[in-house]
Amino acid sequence: MVPTSYYLILSAIIFMIGAIGVLTRRSALIILMCVMLNSVNLTLIALSRQWGNLNGQIFVFMIMAVAAAEVAVGLAILISHNRHTDTTNIDEINLLKW
Amino acid sequence: MSEYLNPNINDAKKVLFMTLSLLFFVLIGAISLAAAVGVVSSRHPVHSALFLLSHFVTLAVLYVTLEAQFLAAIQVIIYAGGIVILILFVIMLIGSEKIEAQAEHRSWTPYVGMALGIVLLGGLVISLMQGFTGIDANASLVQGGDPVVVGYELFTQYILPFELAAVLLLVALLGALLLARHPAKLKTESK
Repeated sequence: MVPTSYYLILSAIIFMIGAIGVLTRRSALIILMCVMLNSVNLTLIALSRQWGNLNGQIFVFMIMAVAAAEVAVGLAILISHNRHTDTTNIDEINLLKW
Repeated sequence: MSEYLNPNINDAKKVLFMTLSLLFFVLIGAISLAAAVGVVSSRHPVHSALFLLSHFVTLAVLYVTLEAQFLAAIQVIIYAGGIVILILFVIMLIGSEKIEAQAEHRSWTPYVGMALGIVLLGGLVISLMQGFTGIDANASLVQGGDPVVVGYELFTQYILPFELAAVLLLVALLGALLLARHPAKLKTESK
């Protein structure tokens, strides 16, 4: 059995990669693709095994439902905005910026 | 997984099993990390989406090693089968060369982003390691996460969140339909 801390370190590294992606990439579509929610899912499942109950797995199930909704609405906003302004660059999406 | 083994099995076999599962974890984890780096760093958005697909598949394998078989199947069906296909469709709609052309950075953002990411990683590892050194994984989780057990939990104790998730998905579906609709079509119908 692989120790739980290895899984936690792996998911921390994946979270870091996702955070770097969100901070450095400029295309809204690539930012939507960054992998942070999945690393949190991995953490929850590893801890669910660690403590021997299923609450973590139920939580991951809910996160997956929310992530599916998030991606659907996010991509719809992206397409709608792209239709109006012809860009997906988040530096140029600044209509509400003060 | 050690409960599957016979109690009278010798120690050498147990050590071999440990080593093999560790080796498997390292292999799959390395593929997963490489795919995540590919998602973030590749220039072409379609390549990003395909790296994302492989990342989701390796995560599903890791879920199986964590005895969450139901969630592994769900991961492949929802993420790999649904979300990646949706993202690929949107790349096709917007046009990948247009997304690619906008990908250049300001000169200082990659360095700041990487520095902040490494700070985040250090903080996470330090705070996690304080809580988890010396604690072995709980071997008493015999039930694992197969569909029967997860379904039982989901439809008894967590029935309200489950129903709310269904409502959330319906609202998201309607919202996405409304947002992505063609504006001219919307106007002619409202007249």
